[in-house]
Amino acid sequence: MTFDWQPVWLTLKLAGTTTLLLLILGTPIAWWLARTHAWYKQALSAVVALPLVLPPTVLGFYLLIMLAPDGPVGRLTQSLGIGTLPFTFEGLVFASMLYSLPFVVQPLQNAFEALGPRPAEVAATLRASPWDRFMTVVIPLARPGFLTASVLAFAHTVGEFGVVLMIGGNIPGETRVLSVAIYDYVETLEYDQAHLLAAGMLAFSFLVLMTLYLVNGRISRSHQP
Amino acid sequence: MSRIEVRLKHRLGDFDLDVAFDAPGQGVTALFGRSGSGKTSVLRAVAGLERTGQGLVRINGEVWQDEKRFLPIHHRPIGYVFQEASLFPHLSVRKNLEYGLRRVPERQRRIPFHDVVELLGISTLLTRATPRLSGGERQRVAIARALLTSPRLLLMDEPLSALDHAAKQTIMPYLERLHDEFAIPSLYVSHDPNEVARLADHMVVLEEGRVAAEGEAAPLLTRLDLPLSTYDDASALLEGFVSSHDHSYHLTWISLQGNRVAVPREDLPVGRHARVQIQARDVSLSIRAHADTSILNILPARVIDTRDISPTQVLVRLELEDGQTLLSRITRRSAIGMGVHEGMQLYAQVKSVALLS
Repeated sequence: MTFDWQPVWLTLKLAGTTTLLLLILGTPIAWWLARTHAWYKQALSAVVALPLVLPPTVLGFYLLIMLAPDGPVGRLTQSLGIGTLPFTFEGLVFASMLYSLPFVVQPLQNAFEALGPRPAEVAATLRASPWDRFMTVVIPLARPGFLTASVLAFAHTVGEFGVVLMIGGNIPGETRVLSVAIYDYVETLEYDQAHLLAAGMLAFSFLVLMTLYLVNGRISRSHQP
Repeated sequence: MSRIEVRLKHRLGDFDLDVAFDAPGQGVTALFGRSGSGKTSVLRAVAGLERTGQGLVRINGEVWQDEKRFLPIHHRPIGYVFQEASLFPHLSVRKNLEYGLRRVPERQRRIPFHDVVELLGISTLLTRATPRLSGGERQRVAIARALLTSPRLLLMDEPLSALDHAAKQTIMPYLERLHDEFAIPSLYVSHDPNEVARLADHMVVLEEGRVAAEGEAAPLLTRLDLPLSTYDDASALLEGFVSSHDHSYHLTWISLQGNRVAVPREDLPVGRHARVQIQARDVSLSIRAHADTSILNILPARVIDTRDISPTQVLVRLELEDGQTLLSRITRRSAIGMGVHEGMQLYAQVKSVALLS
């Protein structure tokens, strides 16, 4: 029996890319949500949280429509010369970002809210510009939040299935990630392969969560005054 | 022109801040008031931490805020000491100190690292992790951190209020030395008359978002129409100089132009300026000068005015022969029994005098 590693690498690549991009996108959203008193804050929070409650197929369906050649986003990507996104790796990244957005924004928002405005104010009185104080004070102090956000986004992307199936399909090396591969093996009654991947996922997920709890536990202890 | 000019008009919910005051561009100006009087809001506005709709903040001729301009906080040459020490927990003591220092251009640095560390007695703490410091140590580091930015205005928001009594007593001398050595004009927010008495030269009294009084600290402390005199530890400040030492009884005499008071012996040169504090509750009154009493400090005085501060107690404001004022808190029964009235000549018997500086 030869083991096909391709879905594993593809999954890790997808989860890594998604996590990185989400941290860049999610940090300003979370910072804004944690600081603002705007009346539409609640509405935006709800939009960010939508992927938590929507069935992945619903999200995937709308994405498919939007990203399709005659959909609004599809037209934009074509005019930018990127082509269309469905059934490509880039399309999967885009979909995964939407799907995992709340897993990044919520821990970061909680971390920023717990931090309060004081540390940044102190840094400001010590001559730090807004960007400077964010990088040197807010991010280091919100580290547990960033760690939680990264791990959750990564693990959640690894575990996605419905959205991938809708928007990515099952193209080896391009969109055939772990969860889809397992589904495939089961369909074709290749239980040995399915077992391997499934057990690997189980062990991986457990290890990730355990590491997260251990590290966060240590950080919060070392920051106790 | 050396002045701190502040005009602020600001509505925050149902709190209405409308203050205007000028403070000298040197020495310590206390912003005094009860909690909710707006003193912290004023300090935050001067720092640029709060953006008020209308306002003027001009420090020694330099405009930090007016109708057109609003200098961002990180461009204001201030040192700000918060109520809680607010050290960065992810940085060591040394890194905390260097945080502000590194952000000030080298040619603007006027205060050497070593001097500050020495003055605040924190040289042994430099390598320590900040979460391991005691409350008093933290606040000393926070003060040092603010000083190291070589501020042109020092803003202190009740820096001692989060500390216990013992820690307060240990930090106070550092604050006094700081004002003597670095001579940075300061705004010092406080609701503690004792702190004001010890540290402030000038005072702005705030009540419900308005300036109730402003001026030199000593006369304001004893004004009966201001809230300070009704505090349990209301006190008066008297200025004088060291006149002699009594070696056999271990006393130091402080001359108050014509009169003198004794304090426990302090090793100070004769002729040096001295500021003493006398609590209202430590002053009793008598119609004649008694020689048959254990009280050493007996000062002739004239009653300026009186005020009932409770059904049992009366506060009497007295003028000494040299024009300085003293407060005495006595029972209403005694006041009526002695017939205390405005202009009456009396003797103030002072049980205890604290030498401040």
